[in-house]
Amino acid sequence: MKLKTTILAGTALALLGSSAFAADMTIVSWGGAYSASQNNAYHKPYMAAHPDVTIINDESSSEAVAKLRAMNEAGNVTWDLVDVEAADAIRLCDEGLAEEIDADTALAPAPDGTKASEDFGDMIVSECFIPQIVFSTTFGYRTDKVPEGVEPPSGACDVFDLAKYPGKRALNKRPIANMEWALLCDGVAYEDVYDTLETDEGVARAFAKLDTIKDDTIWWSASAEPVQLLADGEVFMASAYNGRLFSLIEEQKQPVGMAWNWQMFDLDGWIVPTGLSDERKAAVMDYLFFATDTQRLADQAKYISYGPARASSAPLVGKHETLGIDMAPHMPTDPNNAKNTFVNNYSWWADYRDDLDAKFQAWLAK
Amino acid sequence: MSDTATEPVLTTRDGRPLKASLAKALRREKLRALVLIAPLLIFVLLTFVAPIVDMLFRSVENSIVADTLPQTVVALKDWDPASDQAPDEAVFAALASDLKVAVKNKTHTRLGSRLNYEKTGISSLFRKTGRSIKKMNEPPYKEQFLKADKKWGDVSTWQTLKQYSPRYTDGYFLSSIDAKRTADGIQMKPENEQIYLLLFGRTLMLSIAITLACLLLGYPIAFLLAQLPLRTSNLLMILVLLPFWTSLLVRTSAWKVLLQQQGVINDFLVWIGLIADANRLVMINNQTGTIIAMTHILLPFMILPLYSVMKTISPTYVRAAKSLGATDFRAFWKVYFPQSVPGIGAGAVLVFILSIGYYITPELVGGTSGIFISNRIAYHISSSLNWGLAAALGTMLLAAVMILFVVYDKIVGIDNVKLG
Repeated sequence: MKLKTTILAGTALALLGSSAFAADMTIVSWGGAYSASQNNAYHKPYMAAHPDVTIINDESSSEAVAKLRAMNEAGNVTWDLVDVEAADAIRLCDEGLAEEIDADTALAPAPDGTKASEDFGDMIVSECFIPQIVFSTTFGYRTDKVPEGVEPPSGACDVFDLAKYPGKRALNKRPIANMEWALLCDGVAYEDVYDTLETDEGVARAFAKLDTIKDDTIWWSASAEPVQLLADGEVFMASAYNGRLFSLIEEQKQPVGMAWNWQMFDLDGWIVPTGLSDERKAAVMDYLFFATDTQRLADQAKYISYGPARASSAPLVGKHETLGIDMAPHMPTDPNNAKNTFVNNYSWWADYRDDLDAKFQAWLAK
Repeated sequence: MSDTATEPVLTTRDGRPLKASLAKALRREKLRALVLIAPLLIFVLLTFVAPIVDMLFRSVENSIVADTLPQTVVALKDWDPASDQAPDEAVFAALASDLKVAVKNKTHTRLGSRLNYEKTGISSLFRKTGRSIKKMNEPPYKEQFLKADKKWGDVSTWQTLKQYSPRYTDGYFLSSIDAKRTADGIQMKPENEQIYLLLFGRTLMLSIAITLACLLLGYPIAFLLAQLPLRTSNLLMILVLLPFWTSLLVRTSAWKVLLQQQGVINDFLVWIGLIADANRLVMINNQTGTIIAMTHILLPFMILPLYSVMKTISPTYVRAAKSLGATDFRAFWKVYFPQSVPGIGAGAVLVFILSIGYYITPELVGGTSGIFISNRIAYHISSSLNWGLAAALGTMLLAAVMILFVVYDKIVGIDNVKLG
């Protein structure tokens, strides 16, 4: 009898304990160096301040959109916070899979008291999206394969110049960015790019430009591929995410240079899935308040060369944690790198993505 | 019971007809068998058949329009899509009241992304209108909608809305064969958007090529395995199984290292002077890459059924043929080969069906000319969220496999397939 009571009491206590203290938080991100930077800048200090919270890293951001929809349909959302690109955040928001968040009430103001919505400014591209970093899709090239007596490539338009820079290229296997570059380098003015792409002639013109290098292009789909192709010397030039190129050049010391001209800015940030219990939502909002404040965003730049999304974080960006080099010149937002940039027009792509993707894939398959 | 006595019907002891009694006994027997297999049956139904049926059902399901805009759909019944006029005030009033509910439930943007698959621009139309709907309280609504976005005055917007208002649609299936329904009936899409028929054809051709390559490479190996003494053949068998146990991704990446232009094979060929440094072979990121990598990955699925069938072929038949004067080749071709056909059938069906649904290897080594239809299905599932189209493409693939299976049964006969 006594034993039974003890067991019962123990079980009850264990159940009570698990509901009161087991605050597991599943945070979904991209893995690799990027997850490591989040772990160092956000997760570790947060868990140190909240010993009762355990953060579980899930590296499935690349299939987050489909998985969130499946979870939502099954009525069992197991993720608390998801790191996605801005375009996906818009899609998830449209589908009702992401929670709308008011930046001013949910997020910390800047140290000088500026409201969060002003500190993030234009980066808040959707009601559901909490920006975190600015990254860019830009170009890397093999410094040892630049022909003699030719200045090294400076940006996107050099990709189309096969006479000057012979060799294979690697581009992303999707229309976004490639279509814009094709038009920009074909002489369309920056302001007119999206208007031109809305017309059939504009699309045909972009494809005609891409046709000039189609036979010499390897199309990548995973973000590790272009960097590997550069490291192997398979291609002369490749479009890639600037953080991946940074680690190839500075950490792995490969003979690769950056060509920043017409880099395409893109945003990455958090969304909170809909369908969380109040308790879980409160926990995740607390984490979010901490992880997106000015200092935390600046801290992340110590580990990876992506620019913090808050204006107030930029002056706080310092040196790389292990390499000890100054991080500011490696940021896509650095004035030397950002002479000519273009910003992904999210709302335009939300409309045209399905249509242009069909045309792009049909063009690729031919 | 007096009737039974006069008619010649066999009865059991209790007077019931023997036939009925037997049927009853058999029924009980069947029921018992059913109860025994019930757990497995329910498991298969719940975890395999039901999800597939549910997924296939999405290829025709389209209740989102009627659920989100119920009054508009009813009001649109009287509007003629062939007329060059946008609908009148009554339809806009219905739309206003539907949208107010939809915005409150946040379902209007979901509808927008659904209809954007059919007509570019509807996604932002709904998002934009959703923001200004709160201000629309007084009729006339038509002007206010046109002020919010002029696309509401566009006939094609309403044609799309009306065309996709029924709860079931053939639109996804038409899309999956590069066609669409227009005001003048079903038409092919413009040539620069046609892709799926091409991909279906390519998937089929490459799968056949991979199956043939597996057969050509696998038959001699299986033959060798079956002939050698057990000790040697076991060692060889491990060599066959070792890659089989290795992760798919590792093997695919290994092929990348081997086949790329700065890779091992090209380096070797340049080193021995067979090819010039400037003319390195392109063996990856095209169909060649897909065929080589997938043949390697699927080879064990050909060798294993072939081996287990060949193992059962008695060597005495070939010996008998030779003793009757047949040459080695004739003895093999007339006596041995026909007996190994069931193994070829099993291996070929296995390899073909596995390869037709492959997507990870083609994605990694196929470039643009070596990708399969499954790569597009994966894209629509995970990236564009157009699950309806993905389901339609999946259904087509399933149907194609089943038709080929029936054809195979007619030509070779499914009884002729043996796994061991």
